[in-house]
Amino acid sequence: MEKNIGLYICTGCSIGDSIDVEKLGNIAKNSLKIPVVKSHFAMCGKEGVELIKNDIKNEGVNTVVIAACSPRIKYEEFDFPGCIVERSPLRELAVWTQEDPEERQLAAEDYVKMHVIKAQKGDLPEPYMMETVKTILVIGGGISGMTSALQAANAGYQVVLVEKEAQLGGFANKLYKVVPAAMGEYSEPLIVDSDIADTVKAVESNQNITVYKSAKVEKTDGQPGAYDVTISSNGNSEVVKIGSIVLAAGWRPYDATKLEHLGYGVSKDVVTNIELEGIAKNNGGRILRPSDGKEAKKVAFIQCAGQRDPNHLPYCSAMCCTTSLKQARYVTQNSDATAMILYKDIRTPGRLEYYYKAAQNDPAVMMTKGDVTSVTDAGNGNLHVEMENSLLGEKVKIEADLVVLATGVVPATADDPILNLQYKQGPGLPDLELFDGFADSNFICFQYETRRTGVYAAGCVRQPMNMSEAQEDATGAALKAIQSAEHVAAGIAVHPRAWDMTYPDPFMQRCTSCKRCTEECPFGAIDEDEKGTPFYKPGRCRRCATCMGACPERIVSFKDYHVDMIGSMMKNVSVPSDDDKPRIIVLACENDAYPAIDTAALKHMKIDSAVRIIQLRCLGSTNLVWIADALSRGVDGMLLLGCKFGENYQCHFAKGSELADYRLSKVQETLGRLQLEAERVQMIQLAIDEYDNVPRIIGDFVERVKEIGPNPFKGF
Amino acid sequence: MPDVNRILVIGGGFSGLTTAVDAAETGAEVIVIEKNSYLGGRVAQLNKYFPKLCPPICGLEINFKRIKTNANITFHTMAEVESVSGGPGNYTVTVKLNPRYVNDNCTACDACAQACTAERPNEFNFGMNTTKAAYLPFNQAFPQKYVIDSSYCKGDCAKACKDACKYNAVDLDMKPGTITLNVGSIVVATGWNPYDADKLDILGFGKVKNVITNMMMERLASPTGPTAGKILRPSDGKPAQNIAFVQCAGSRDESHLPFCSYICCLASLKQTTYIREQNLESKATIFYIDIRTPGKYEKFYWKVKDDPNVSFIKGKVADIVQEQGSDDVIVTAEDMMTNKKVRMKFDMVVLATGMEPAGASKKIAGVKYNENGFALPDSGIYPAGCTKNPMDVARSAQDSTGAVLKALSKANSSGQGR
Repeated sequence: MEKNIGLYICTGCSIGDSIDVEKLGNIAKNSLKIPVVKSHFAMCGKEGVELIKNDIKNEGVNTVVIAACSPRIKYEEFDFPGCIVERSPLRELAVWTQEDPEERQLAAEDYVKMHVIKAQKGDLPEPYMMETVKTILVIGGGISGMTSALQAANAGYQVVLVEKEAQLGGFANKLYKVVPAAMGEYSEPLIVDSDIADTVKAVESNQNITVYKSAKVEKTDGQPGAYDVTISSNGNSEVVKIGSIVLAAGWRPYDATKLEHLGYGVSKDVVTNIELEGIAKNNGGRILRPSDGKEAKKVAFIQCAGQRDPNHLPYCSAMCCTTSLKQARYVTQNSDATAMILYKDIRTPGRLEYYYKAAQNDPAVMMTKGDVTSVTDAGNGNLHVEMENSLLGEKVKIEADLVVLATGVVPATADDPILNLQYKQGPGLPDLELFDGFADSNFICFQYETRRTGVYAAGCVRQPMNMSEAQEDATGAALKAIQSAEHVAAGIAVHPRAWDMTYPDPFMQRCTSCKRCTEECPFGAIDEDEKGTPFYKPGRCRRCATCMGACPERIVSFKDYHVDMIGSMMKNVSVPSDDDKPRIIVLACENDAYPAIDTAALKHMKIDSAVRIIQLRCLGSTNLVWIADALSRGVDGMLLLGCKFGENYQCHFAKGSELADYRLSKVQETLGRLQLEAERVQMIQLAIDEYDNVPRIIGDFVERVKEIGPNPFKGF
Repeated sequence: MPDVNRILVIGGGFSGLTTAVDAAETGAEVIVIEKNSYLGGRVAQLNKYFPKLCPPICGLEINFKRIKTNANITFHTMAEVESVSGGPGNYTVTVKLNPRYVNDNCTACDACAQACTAERPNEFNFGMNTTKAAYLPFNQAFPQKYVIDSSYCKGDCAKACKDACKYNAVDLDMKPGTITLNVGSIVVATGWNPYDADKLDILGFGKVKNVITNMMMERLASPTGPTAGKILRPSDGKPAQNIAFVQCAGSRDESHLPFCSYICCLASLKQTTYIREQNLESKATIFYIDIRTPGKYEKFYWKVKDDPNVSFIKGKVADIVQEQGSDDVIVTAEDMMTNKKVRMKFDMVVLATGMEPAGASKKIAGVKYNENGFALPDSGIYPAGCTKNPMDVARSAQDSTGAVLKALSKANSSGQGR
């Protein structure tokens, strides 16, 4: 677009008092050739905003550069639809953080130049349009999958449901009774029939839902909005167009044969909690011993069987305490039978505490804390359960005629990719090792975010949970799937840049097929064509620009973000000729590090005058050419401030900051070629709440660069 | 007829914000009503989240950005819903807007606070310090606008703060107002309050100087808190090095909150890491009934348990008193594992007070509640997060996203017909 730039300098909030605004305006007019340059004592006020609107209307201004405060504030006032809007935060980065009047002026001049260049280099976004469908694929026909399917169908979306078994219902089919829904105290009956049959009927009779039974997802090809999913069912294969996916493939019980020490396989009368459901269901509620068919009178429940145990499942399966409390009721339906629950901790969070309390009030249900060490044949047809550290004593032996092992949940994704994604990066979800095989998210705040756009996990494949939690979870996943399908159809990104209409637009003629983008993209958005050339699938892309950072040929660009844009900003940073005055460029993640700097400024903390700060979408977009170019024109050092990485990563794009760090380890070579010290470039992890450390972190880095000495390229 | 795709979200805490952004990003028009002067609710006061020990403001910042970039969302701070009438697809809601005394001209330049001479107790820090009567609620508050607590304004200083503002942002004549909204469905996300520790007689809060609550501990550990993040005990400002955590303080207790508050075990485990990180010699003792760390949180429990300076005693605390002649605290409990009474001395005691739903103290006319004050779903009205059941932030996020789909389906009963 033909740009007509207007520069609007605010003189309020002490900007006018501490900066020579006239001089700033003259630089803009004379050396930057900005046709319209205006100032106002409160640009964000009604009058100031009107001034800008008037220029847009009457002077043809279509690119507005506001030299005032941080983009984190006054966003409503400075919103001019149809125009490129660029904010140069003079107040925060020059006025509030700089003490020396001369340095302040220099900083203001640099920041105005940098942001004018940025505006000149940018363009208005255009959405990426492709042919899409909004059909939602739900993998798994248990309670989670059926809930997702019904919720999406009721919202008016077409749903394809794939179930591996011959019938819908999943584990709920196997249950004798379930815990009743209660909004407060529980009252009798404490075990009720499940309504799974009604749910199955609702799914099968819903016109928006197509059900495939005895079916499997063979292949998931394509991208959100345009997946080609191959479903095989009873020997037939079919390719279905899909918009987004709910992964509700569920769980299986932990293999109890590994629990020999708890008597499983040693005695027939040691069963799992799932097997107990079968016993009750098949015998009209009577608990009959597998060994002799006699009614069990004294049943011991061993909690955390193979769970919370480094040798088995390290996690807690969340549902087993309540399950055993429920199953104790199966036992005590027989008036002369007792149940004993042997636990490490009873875990009935929230309102489930009432359910626990109801069991505590039942004299036929006994509970004790302890560590079960063994289950052995008592010699009289019964079993001995031995415990240590129990409430009943240091070492105790309990006799039972049936032992139930509360075994845990193993997610379907633990050893099967399920989705069978045809992605260069592999068929399953990445990061599963962080969650013991669960298709979970590493984000606390954004539960459905994984590293595969358009795929949202729900129910026990995501985390261990009970049935009512699974239903809530499935509803959330359905919403995210709908959202993704809608966003891709409209050509907009999904979380965390759900407003972003730009997309990566690589100039493929210059691609050398080095495949760094393919490898580094945190979301697997780039595959390869038959010749091995990277092939973008924009529907999978989250717009972090990691590919832009990875590309040695610098061919990846977005309308409003590209290598040349940031590179040009850097070229407009002044480099003092004085050897005692280093110049350092700080690249800061706009999501966390920049808000931290902004907050330090709000507190009027002082930041070393050597630095110029540039916001990046994500540190993953850092292209090494920026570093080489900046250092070769005399910039003394570069500091990258990005999110924490590692197991508990905080990067909103999962891998961005880690990749930036990785790339920096490779930059040494380049620096070596320039005969520069590697220490001139450093990355530091900075969380958003560490703003009080910002002046020290920057100050320390400046000191280190001073110790190294001036960049020998200075002045060239 | 109201716009059928319009959703009201009552509460701008984590659940409400999640609901709002997810609904707006699915195309709905959303109005958020928040009683505080800032968005973010309870989590804005937290120092770190378990189990990642990451700062809550990180996720809030992303949600604020989603609000800033989405024209579908409007929000009102310092606002309270007075009543709800009508039915699914067509609710009428009256909202009271309390005066902020600072208008949208505010640039957050701090001039009013600098001119202000009056101080007020800082409720954000549970009264452990003060702010000026003209103040920014906290450093990273959103919206980034000052607020004036007029109840602390002195007669003569009003002019000073008004004159200090060059942008005519201070308006001490602002009056409360009322607005009426028409919406298709409602999500109630009014959240929770820490259970009133004054009601826990035997646990000494309010009587024993160095007994604090877990929420106060969050503020003490926070770099933005009253002690700039140093965990100092209230009585004498001495670094607290030997701290007891009393679990189920008011929770799982028939006389107080009969339910389990879900987060307190994990919160205390997390808080042990705060003190352990600050001082190598520090010690923590957790008195508990059951340690409840469901699902993957078990591993966080292990991590804390592996620390030799953190010990666990299964047993309910019977008594907390101040040691004669010192500010130290004596805790008496029965160790259920040994059946022995223990009497131990600590620098400071943290009560893991539970989660009382906002509906226990303040009900919205037109919304249904259970006997504890948890909101109940009703055709067209959906509770989300801790409004309906105690849960942690992760579950609140998940639950609130689910509430969106229910509210959307109800707001637009004709369906979107794809």
